[in-house]
Amino acid sequence: MALVTYAVRLLPLVLIRRQIKNRFIQSFLYYVPYVTLAVMTFPAIIEATQNPISGLSALIVGIAAAWSGAGLFDVSVICCLTVFLLERFI
Amino acid sequence: MNTNQTDASTFDLFKRGFRNGIPIGLGYLAVSFSLGIAASNVGINGTQSFFASILCLASAGEYAGFTLIGAGASYLEMAVMTFVVNARYMLMSCSMSQRMSPDTSVIHRTCMAYSITDELFALAIARPGYLRPEYSYGATLASAPLWAIGTTLGCIAGNIMPANLASAFSVALFGMFIAVIVPPARTNRVIAYLIAICFALSAAAHYLPSLSSISSGTKTIVLTVAISAIAAIVHPQAQREDNAE
Repeated sequence: MALVTYAVRLLPLVLIRRQIKNRFIQSFLYYVPYVTLAVMTFPAIIEATQNPISGLSALIVGIAAAWSGAGLFDVSVICCLTVFLLERFI
Repeated sequence: MNTNQTDASTFDLFKRGFRNGIPIGLGYLAVSFSLGIAASNVGINGTQSFFASILCLASAGEYAGFTLIGAGASYLEMAVMTFVVNARYMLMSCSMSQRMSPDTSVIHRTCMAYSITDELFALAIARPGYLRPEYSYGATLASAPLWAIGTTLGCIAGNIMPANLASAFSVALFGMFIAVIVPPARTNRVIAYLIAICFALSAAAHYLPSLSSISSGTKTIVLTVAISAIAAIVHPQAQREDNAE
């Protein structure tokens, strides 16, 4: 795990000394982070919590918060609070 | 040698990096806590989770790895999954390679590669001009240890934590993922549609009974490669401008 993680970071930085020109590879690499994270977030988030409704609410509230400019840490906290508060009342 | 626009000394750069790394570190501390809970859920102990985090320093990558460990995956599956989930670091590394001074030694490059994460990458490239190793080292030192400590705490305390708190903390990591993918979706409609498609296909893959025998890790790999490749064909990015200015 650590070896692959590090190799992925290291090799381009050491080996690539000029701009990547292939448009498909550029575009593919550009989309990968968003696709992976999106696939891993849903539906996993609604199964992580005790109650699927609170997980779903955290997703919606988190998206709204990130959309309106909240940073990484803030969005995380807001998601946690959403789950915590909702599960007190459900 | 010191051709950069700034003549700040090595130590000043390091200090500035360290200071800017502190908020990232505090965020890491909170977010990695939920990673630790995920680790303890699949039977990883505190020491193991500490080393996993200090060695990998990767949120989604570690989360995916822990999930696969829980599923009893093979080393090959782990390696492929780790590669796919961390492929974005490859993109960042590629992009950083375009911002390095040609003078930067292989040793510096080797060390800087360690801390290519979403946040530290963003911090590093936010500075104009060539990337400075000292600045990156400062930011890394302020944040990476907190990532490992948070993971360990989550792993240990996750077990003794009341269920409602554990449930709340478990979404912190997803909150971080959301915070990475949503802001670009505001300005780029392709990404917004892409995220919606990913959610839909991922849910379909998860709930369709005919696919239930395939492990969730494999599903993530297949979906990521397929959706990204199709997106790259249907909506190729405009040639990236030279970001070295």
